[in-house]
Amino acid sequence: MTYRLGVDVGGTFTDLLLVNERTGQTWKAKVSSTPRDQSEGVLRGIERVCGLAAISAEEIDHVMHGTTVATNTVLTGTGARVGLVTTKGYRQVLQIARSFVPGGLGGWVIYNKSLPMAPLALTIEADERVGSKGDVVTALNEAKLRDELRALGAKDIEALTVSLINSFANDKHERRIKEIAQEVLPGIPVSLSSEVVPEMQEYERTVTTVANSYVRPRVQKYVKNLQSKLAAKAKGVKLHILRSDGGLASARSAEDFPVNLLMSGPAGGVTGALWVAVQAGFPNLLTVDVGGTSTDVALIMNGQPRLRRETTVGDVTVRASSVDIRTVGAGGGSIAHVPELTGALRVGPQSAGADPGPAAYGKGGVEPTVTDANVVLGYLPEQQRLGGDMALDRGLAQKSVEKIARSLGKTSRDAALGIYDIVNENMVGALRLVSVEQGHDPRDYALIAFGGAGPLHANALSRLLGSWPSIIPPGPGVLCALGDATTAVRDESSRTFIRKFSETGAADIAKQLKALAVDAAKGLAAEKVAAAEMEFGYQVDVRYHGQGLRLTVDVDLKRLEREGLAAISGPFDAEHTRLFTFALPLEHEFVALRAVVQGKGISIKRQVIAKGSASAAAAAVGKQKSYMDGKDCVATVYDRAMLKSGNRVAGPAIVMEMDPTSVILPQHHGKVDAYGNILIYPDGYRAPKKKAVTAKKAVRRTR
Amino acid sequence: MPATIIQRNKKPMKKVKVDSVTIDIIESALRNARYEMDTVLFRTAMSPGIREQHDEFPMIANLDGKMVVGQFGSFIWGFMQGYDGTVEEGDVFLTNDPYSVNGAISHQNDWLMLMPVFKDGRVIAWSAMFGHMTDVGGKVPGSLPTDARTIYEEGVSVPPIKIIRGGQLQDELLKVILHNCRLPTWNFSDFNAIVAALRTAAIRCVEIAERFGDDVFYSAMDAMLERNKRAMRQLIRQTVPERKQYFEDYICDDGLNMGPYKIACTMWREGDKCIFDFTGTDPQSISSINFLLNEEMFKMFAGVYMIMVFDPQILFNDGFYDLMEVRIPPGTLLKPLKPAALSCRTHALGRIFDILGGLLGQGNPAFMCAAGFSDSPHFMYSGYKSTGEWYQLYQITFGGIPGKPFGDGPDGHSLWPSFTNVPNEFLESYFPLRIDIYETIPDTGGAGRNRGGNGLRIGYRFLEQGEISIHDDRWLTYPWGVNGGLPGARSKKALVRADGTEELLPSKIDRVKVNEGDLLLSDTWGGGGCGDPFEREIDKVVFDVQAGLVTPQGARNYGVVINTDLTADVAATSKLRAKLAAERGPVPLFDRGFTSIESLKERCKAETGHDAPQQPRFSERVLKSAGAGRKKTKAA
Repeated sequence: MTYRLGVDVGGTFTDLLLVNERTGQTWKAKVSSTPRDQSEGVLRGIERVCGLAAISAEEIDHVMHGTTVATNTVLTGTGARVGLVTTKGYRQVLQIARSFVPGGLGGWVIYNKSLPMAPLALTIEADERVGSKGDVVTALNEAKLRDELRALGAKDIEALTVSLINSFANDKHERRIKEIAQEVLPGIPVSLSSEVVPEMQEYERTVTTVANSYVRPRVQKYVKNLQSKLAAKAKGVKLHILRSDGGLASARSAEDFPVNLLMSGPAGGVTGALWVAVQAGFPNLLTVDVGGTSTDVALIMNGQPRLRRETTVGDVTVRASSVDIRTVGAGGGSIAHVPELTGALRVGPQSAGADPGPAAYGKGGVEPTVTDANVVLGYLPEQQRLGGDMALDRGLAQKSVEKIARSLGKTSRDAALGIYDIVNENMVGALRLVSVEQGHDPRDYALIAFGGAGPLHANALSRLLGSWPSIIPPGPGVLCALGDATTAVRDESSRTFIRKFSETGAADIAKQLKALAVDAAKGLAAEKVAAAEMEFGYQVDVRYHGQGLRLTVDVDLKRLEREGLAAISGPFDAEHTRLFTFALPLEHEFVALRAVVQGKGISIKRQVIAKGSASAAAAAVGKQKSYMDGKDCVATVYDRAMLKSGNRVAGPAIVMEMDPTSVILPQHHGKVDAYGNILIYPDGYRAPKKKAVTAKKAVRRTR
Repeated sequence: MPATIIQRNKKPMKKVKVDSVTIDIIESALRNARYEMDTVLFRTAMSPGIREQHDEFPMIANLDGKMVVGQFGSFIWGFMQGYDGTVEEGDVFLTNDPYSVNGAISHQNDWLMLMPVFKDGRVIAWSAMFGHMTDVGGKVPGSLPTDARTIYEEGVSVPPIKIIRGGQLQDELLKVILHNCRLPTWNFSDFNAIVAALRTAAIRCVEIAERFGDDVFYSAMDAMLERNKRAMRQLIRQTVPERKQYFEDYICDDGLNMGPYKIACTMWREGDKCIFDFTGTDPQSISSINFLLNEEMFKMFAGVYMIMVFDPQILFNDGFYDLMEVRIPPGTLLKPLKPAALSCRTHALGRIFDILGGLLGQGNPAFMCAAGFSDSPHFMYSGYKSTGEWYQLYQITFGGIPGKPFGDGPDGHSLWPSFTNVPNEFLESYFPLRIDIYETIPDTGGAGRNRGGNGLRIGYRFLEQGEISIHDDRWLTYPWGVNGGLPGARSKKALVRADGTEELLPSKIDRVKVNEGDLLLSDTWGGGGCGDPFEREIDKVVFDVQAGLVTPQGARNYGVVINTDLTADVAATSKLRAKLAAERGPVPLFDRGFTSIESLKERCKAETGHDAPQQPRFSERVLKSAGAGRKKTKAA
């Protein structure tokens, strides 16, 4: 019998989900996280969940894990001491970066640039040069390099990055430098830009590879430690780490290319939310994960999360694919303030964090936060115990919000509602980035909210965007672990291929794509995926010759054979029109070719909850005075554990469970579905006829 | 005759009371829309100047044409004055003629486009944007001839025209314009990209008005302008003294071996109003370095600079325009008379920021920034490849950001918002050249408690024969330091021929022939230092030395003695600092690196290798007109 296990390590809890691969039956467990050595909590959780399933840990053969180790290393600035080798003349590539100063006109006055992750004092130049076509212009001076590497070693570097000009076109010198470094500096991990991100643009390639080196020793240590402890408990178990793009990396590849894990944690949430929503029948989806200091949002179309070619953590942006998750500094702990000069109400990005936290926590916080506003508004009832045991102090919340009320000349209730509205607007800003700005109408999407504060804001966000229903999954905490467990092993192989359409042909493209597929399949075979279970997909990145952008077009090999390159240029023009309102009568150009191989996912049996009638009266446990939409009202309080499928919960209502609390606004209602999701709709809701507001019809071909 | 707006729906907007939270929401929504304009443009434009370097400026204005979000202030009003037709739903307008719009754009490479945003038959807002085209025809590739005497030599001139009429492109009109450009495909794509950006903003405005109602949308924009005015009034009262402050700075030369040209400004406050008077500025040049400065745009520069220095939380828009008055005498470098050439206005445009810094700083020395990279030096390279294909590159380069009260100036960065460099690998893939050197030059940033950023050295190795142009400045005058900070180093250009001979190139020159194997060394200038260099933490100096950004010798400008292992000799440093401080005496407010223009010219040959420029000659017509530069003239 074979089992797989999803593990999500959060700041407070470690969630686990065990799946019987044959029957689809699942078991869940929640244990406290162990920040000093996360693997302790993981192992304790494994014991717990195996106990529930009455199996031996030996029966688990795959462990899928989303981790925040890489992210936290960047955010806390605790990465390795990285040495860097550049081409002669380019030692300051990170110092100059893209010469960009943020903040608009005059922004330089207040801009202080952060230091590069590889210090200049640890950067050396290799005497070598490769041309843009891959031709060797100057051979590598090995003797000089050896001396300088030795000197770097004496400065106690912990990781080395090699990033040479035009190495995307020819990696010969980078590979040779790696060999030399391994001789001269044994034990120091070497990252090559031509391996990490073999693409044009020297700054982006360098910063990405340096980020890889920066997080590598910590990630390596963490993964090795976890793997050896797992192996001791369950022989032959395979550990997989969730990548930022929602795919799975083998432990080995996670150790070598940890820059691909910077969004590992949030990607698990998106994957989990996707799985829940698809089961509930909503493959088009906006995901909203509201935490204490920030909110992560993403868009999923037809069951596929949108990917982007960058990952941003703090003020570091690297060229690594990730689920297109946008983060906005708006969460439960975000602080509200009113600057004197403008008299405008602002919320965030400053946060009270977990310590001292919102005023209502009674841990010494006095600044008014979003959580305090929720308490004042009656959305978070005092009897709610956050995370199971933390009490809320309404008096303290009230007192903190009064400061804002005075500055605005409003009652504290209205000030609290202002805070609630503004923070919702900030979250909507992020949601617009992934929807309208990418040409998607949010009214065509459902919205799913999770994280500690998501269900408090879900209804209001859906109303702002017209995204119905608002889905509140049961036990949102385990969502990430669910995402981890249900992820299919996936790998891809790609190459930069800059060529005008007139300079190549359909047959050549098809041949190259097939070769890439063979390459990508090798990775899966190493993960014990049978050839019969592999699904292949083909993509090309295309633009108009001369353009800076690239759009990814899915390629159907049969159609390519039949229609030639028109099978690619047609969909490209359509996508360009959808995004930008026009297409151009200019030549198309390939930028990159890619094959994606995926193993079969597993099917999990969803647990169905007991059926009930339309009335939710049996789950009502009390009343709560609230202030919604600028009016006083009395909301009915429900116990989520007592809700049955088919129940209709009429707003105004507050639904409580152990962790998050859900708000249903007046003139809205929640329907409980078979799996225990609450689906919130406006009363009298009718699904809109499909219409796209942003895609303009006019494709004008003028010349 | 000004334009007539045709609206089907005659119902006027009603001013309604909008609660402050709704205003905040509409403000964020408009700000998002403005960034979305950038995104759409960058992704779809083709000229590297726009798509990689972001030489473009978007704006959303209220129905009266006042900028509510954007950067350069509104030019809608000026545009409407210069257009004598109708404005109707679905129209999009285009111009590149600075004289028709009172300098809202300041050379013909900038294409300004705008559209009225209609909802239910009436105008609710405007969206507008201008972007720099790589080429608009004229006598040299790039359309920025240093030696032009009139604007007619600077390419195709498009007065305000309706390029899209009721949603229908006037394609024959566009064909005529494009036919005059060397790279019509790029112009055409960038044109389309700008239209797409304008339409994106329009869609967003309509969506917001739908959500809140037209009257609320209108009233909220008004309230945003009012909010800004309130904040600026307080700021002006706090920071601008009633006593007159005077500052002058220079453009080193005009490309015809004459210079320097003086830009002079006096600033003072009368009640709530801040007045800027440019009397004393030199007459307009006979070459193309003139800068037709729009008064409203200058207000925006001044306002933004004040906001950034004193309170960056304030969001800027056109609301405060009544609180400033700008007086520029006609016939001067900053208000040249048509048909003066304007293409190379970039130096004067940039220098405005140094003038502002110098003016505002005198009343508030603690907040003063040094002189910085007040320019956008250009590099152009064009010709026919051996394959017969035409290539043409226009590139903006960067330098040292000044030291500022809040910290060091970054090395080799851009003073202009959203500008970025072009990746060198991109250049090498698309143009016949190799970038052999790309680094900042140690010690070129002025020493100070906060260091000025270093200038940038780019070594261009040419792989085909062609012609290059260079447009730079600050080769003669220095980027000055403040409050004891030293000036930054000056710029320099040299051409190393394939056979090893080296030629010094002037700062502004066109049509330099280059051959395969030649190497251009283009050094830009550093930022001035800010504050007493002897007060800089020793650790910071050591850090810079170990990083190679300051040399051990350069560390002596900070009074720091560096050991052979690149650590500091602390005892020797204290001694040296005491000695140097005593020799220097009290810190000067400004350090220009020279005491008079005459003495600077005397040193010129020895220090720069170039002959000192001649005293500028001006045209008779200009000298006769309104006594340029001599008597106070109220701005038009």
